[in-house]
Amino acid sequence: MTDNDNTNGSAGVPGEEPADGAETRRPRVIGTPPPAESHRLLSTDTPETDGDPYAAGPYPGMAHERSEERIRSGVRWAALFFVIAFLGSVAFVAGYVIFQVGDLWQTKWSNMALGGSLTVILLAIASGMTMWVRRVMPHYDVVDERHPLPSEQPEKQDFGKFFMAGAKESGFTRYPLLRRTLMLAMAPLGLLPLVLLRDLGPLPEKKLRHTDWKKGTKLVVDGTGEPLRAADFSSPGGIITVVPEGKEHDLDSIAKSTVLLIKLRPEELELTEEQMNWTYDGIIAYSKICTHVGCPAALYEQSTHRILCPCHQSTFDARKAAKVTFGPAARPLPMLPITVDAEGYLVAQSDFHEPVGPSFWERG
Amino acid sequence: MTTPPTPKALGGVGTYIDDRFHSARFAGVNLRKVFPNHWSFMLGEIALYSFIIILLSGTFLTFWFNPSMHEVVYDGSYTKLHGVTMSQAYESTLRISFDVRGGLLMRQVHHWAALIFIAAMFVHMLRVFFTGAFRKPRELNWLIGATLLILGFVEGLLGYSLPDDLLSGMGLRIAEGVLLSIPVVGTYLMFFLFGGEFPGHDIIPRFFTLHVLLIPGIMLALVVAHFMILWHQKHTQYPGKGKKESNVIGTPMYPAFAVKAGAFFFFVFGVTALLGAFAQINPVWLYGPFTPAAISSGSQPDFYMGWLEGSLRVFPAWEINAFGYTLALSVLIPALGIPGLVFTPLIIWPFLEQWVTGDKRQHHVVDRPRNAPVRTAFGMSGVTLYGLLWLAGANDVISERLDVPLYGTTWFFRFALILGPIIAFIVTKRICLGLQRRDAAAASHGYESGIIKQLPSGEFIEVHQLLTEDAETVAVAKKEVPALAAAVDGDGVPSPGSRSMMGRVRSRLHNFVVKDDIPVGEPHGNGHGDGHGGRPELGEAEAEERKELRH
Amino acid sequence: MLLALAVIGVVYAALSPETGRAEATVSASVKDVTEGKRLFDQSCASCHGLNAEGTKTGPSLIGVGAAAVDFQVGTGRMPAANPGAQMPRKRPVFDDQQTKALAAYVASLGGGPAIPSKEQVDPATGDAALGQSLFITNCAQCHNFAGGGGALTGGKKAPDLHETTPSHIYSAMITGPQAMPVFNDTTVTPEQKRAIIAYIVETREEPNPGGFGLDRLGPVSEGLVGWVVGLGLIVAAAVWITAKQREND
Repeated sequence: MTDNDNTNGSAGVPGEEPADGAETRRPRVIGTPPPAESHRLLSTDTPETDGDPYAAGPYPGMAHERSEERIRSGVRWAALFFVIAFLGSVAFVAGYVIFQVGDLWQTKWSNMALGGSLTVILLAIASGMTMWVRRVMPHYDVVDERHPLPSEQPEKQDFGKFFMAGAKESGFTRYPLLRRTLMLAMAPLGLLPLVLLRDLGPLPEKKLRHTDWKKGTKLVVDGTGEPLRAADFSSPGGIITVVPEGKEHDLDSIAKSTVLLIKLRPEELELTEEQMNWTYDGIIAYSKICTHVGCPAALYEQSTHRILCPCHQSTFDARKAAKVTFGPAARPLPMLPITVDAEGYLVAQSDFHEPVGPSFWERG
Repeated sequence: MTTPPTPKALGGVGTYIDDRFHSARFAGVNLRKVFPNHWSFMLGEIALYSFIIILLSGTFLTFWFNPSMHEVVYDGSYTKLHGVTMSQAYESTLRISFDVRGGLLMRQVHHWAALIFIAAMFVHMLRVFFTGAFRKPRELNWLIGATLLILGFVEGLLGYSLPDDLLSGMGLRIAEGVLLSIPVVGTYLMFFLFGGEFPGHDIIPRFFTLHVLLIPGIMLALVVAHFMILWHQKHTQYPGKGKKESNVIGTPMYPAFAVKAGAFFFFVFGVTALLGAFAQINPVWLYGPFTPAAISSGSQPDFYMGWLEGSLRVFPAWEINAFGYTLALSVLIPALGIPGLVFTPLIIWPFLEQWVTGDKRQHHVVDRPRNAPVRTAFGMSGVTLYGLLWLAGANDVISERLDVPLYGTTWFFRFALILGPIIAFIVTKRICLGLQRRDAAAASHGYESGIIKQLPSGEFIEVHQLLTEDAETVAVAKKEVPALAAAVDGDGVPSPGSRSMMGRVRSRLHNFVVKDDIPVGEPHGNGHGDGHGGRPELGEAEAEERKELRH
Repeated sequence: MLLALAVIGVVYAALSPETGRAEATVSASVKDVTEGKRLFDQSCASCHGLNAEGTKTGPSLIGVGAAAVDFQVGTGRMPAANPGAQMPRKRPVFDDQQTKALAAYVASLGGGPAIPSKEQVDPATGDAALGQSLFITNCAQCHNFAGGGGALTGGKKAPDLHETTPSHIYSAMITGPQAMPVFNDTTVTPEQKRAIIAYIVETREEPNPGGFGLDRLGPVSEGLVGWVVGLGLIVAAAVWITAKQREND
């Protein structure tokens, strides 16, 4: 910016050419207006030819000394890039035909061939055009005078009068009844689309308060759908994700009902008596839906008994009824009361005793 | 040299159009539009061009994408997932990736262009902010730009939710949690948006319509308006020799800038294609189809949503339960309050600044950031806040890659988010004022050239060289903030405007803006009289010598 | 009554497969056990106690089984250079033969899960699609969708799975080393474990069709590349296009 030698064309001062402008620069005191400069002015020292104002170029008075040799080299460079771009297109079509997609390697080659040739085409055109504009076209700065943005006072006044005359003629200002009833007609119009949106979804009712767990619902392993016996889930430090039987493929159900089952040594649990009754032989079931914003609180460190939500790092203590020990979650993960049925399979005693997942206004 | 004759075909087309539109004058004026030559004036163009690339590549993707949550069993080319149940949205995304030639490329180009689009809007907005180019008469274009940025965020979020993969599904899950946290109406909004409980079967088709029709339609209209306003008001320009409020200096549209802009479009597209060809983005086949019971460690949103992820991560666990209702502050504040805190000042800034400074002048020569220290400092503190939130959104990756404890990163960000912006404000303001002083000094007695010269007396001096004319114009480009109307008039009667509370707030703020201001220096001969500056004191011969040194 | 029956069922189920395997291991080789004991006394006893009963610095190894030894020693985590929260993978101190001997010795102390056989962990015979759904619900929350690892609390990390052998993956699942939870064979069956292994191995071996994988980190590295490479190159182009030119250039 500040390198004076580079302000080529001297901001459109005609006649300050040629060449080494720095040597011939006239000292100018700050505050004095610069020499007349506008691209619309014809420079006096540009000879006119047959009354053609653009004989010397589209911006009269603007010139740029550059050796013919240098221009030709620029043309050659640009042409080279444009030829490369053309060859790139040939390669693109060839790549499309040659490289099929399918397995990952084929897809990779196809992607590289198509993308690579496209890159070559685009960057070559870009480089060629840049060569063209920088090495072939003359370089100068043109001064464009701004017109003041506010309109002239008479114009404004005239328009104001015209507009009000129109309003008067229309009767809009004169008849309040017309004006008011029109506004009355318009006012609710914006509401109608909102009314129409009512059927976007059902009302919440109590849906967020319940899950698909019921007394006796078997806990089945998410991913395999197999029921789990307490005896099978017997290694302390074990975890597994379970969902209600029959809902293995129902994402809406899983989104609320999914449970992280953890096996601890019974003596490690620090629970109230009621909560103790909700566990079975050190097996404790927590809602897997984080009480913060609903990500699966799925990460379990068996050495520290921490349950961690990988989204926002809310941390819960598995030994202490999922008490929050760190992070933005405000409530413990709800516990699902579990027991075993006659065949030893883990089943729910009931639904959760509180709503699962993120807090909502009506939760209370 | 004469003007070449118009080729017959071109003349024919021109005549055809002019007969119908009377376009010769209009075209003649507009093709002469001047574009200032500075790279930072191209940042907005990056956004424009990447937007075009997004429209083109996105159209291609819609030919195969099936925005349905209906579940199917996969049997396409990606054999590893054979037999896995997935939504049609996910399945068709895999099909585009592995069964359509160029499909993966277009997906990647689309996604990279989206990242570049939003990043370009960011840097463009920062350029406009820090140079004060949003000032009168351009406030409305600032508003349009801010709206475009926010719409860009929304459009991006909608877009990356569409493939219905595990990562994007988690984004939707978080969106559900955020909606639920809204007092009174949250549950209803959530049920209406999702068509029932999460995830339901409606959200992807609905997002698809919003993503390909409504939001891009609005954005396109705003882009056109943004551009037309720019065209009508003409560009701003940096201070420099010959540059005045009443003119704009640069390359004319025709022929040179048209080619420059064309070249730049191809550069933007070329870099996007380069990334699409060689840098894998959003490998949904690795994430797997969405299931609400599963999650990956290191789950992150795209970068532009990272700051909200960060604010959700570091906010403390506040929640109010009273009178049978729940107010989830630990979701509400970080997910909706923080964006409000960032976007509100962003949107109203031009009006706020005008109100505080009382500057109602038209500005076409932009500020150098140093010359508006309070604005620049405020901007930097905003950038710091945003940057820290953004980093906080990746705290688990930072913890894992840099071996720092996870909770430690959270605590660090909790403090840094409060202290960082304050420190940034103070430091930036000091730097700005220091630079202003240096400018004032350089303008008054030149800059230290590093040339040591021995005087005939034997004394050694360092030659202070005068600034070049251009540099000098730049150095003295600062404009004073106008004084507010005196709070007390000549008779000691307080003016009506300054008595109200808002009036007092305003004069306090005004005082804050101007109190440390460095007065705009006289360029020459300010009475230092040390013989190394001020042109008036120079002898004829010495002046001649200095002039040589200048070059 | 039912409860009592169930409890008996639990105990029986818990013990029977393990004892079965323990016998198999014990019968492996008396020579191995003696050699293992010698190595144990040299390198392990200082933390785990002379009879592997555990000390303040190291847990008891009675009943952890040969699989645990194979994993811990075979991946170089043990003997630990300095016992702490994170036991990083490093070059194993003992060779295969010595590791086997140590495993045989520890197994002889109280049974526990045995080292899986080659067929048990053969990724080629696993059902990768089943593995995918099991992996994302049970493993990805710590080890990341592409097995890249992730952060845990207290400075611990879930390691990446890029080099872990199928046998060590199996042993880790069944023994739950360090912070990792246990997935015993009755909860996640050997066949399902093989499916998970198949998924992990296939995922890490498959190429990145979109180009460089950017470490398969997801949006964090993508954002970084978008800003630095994407915007960086484009701004460089803008600088080139608009750069001031010399008079005769």
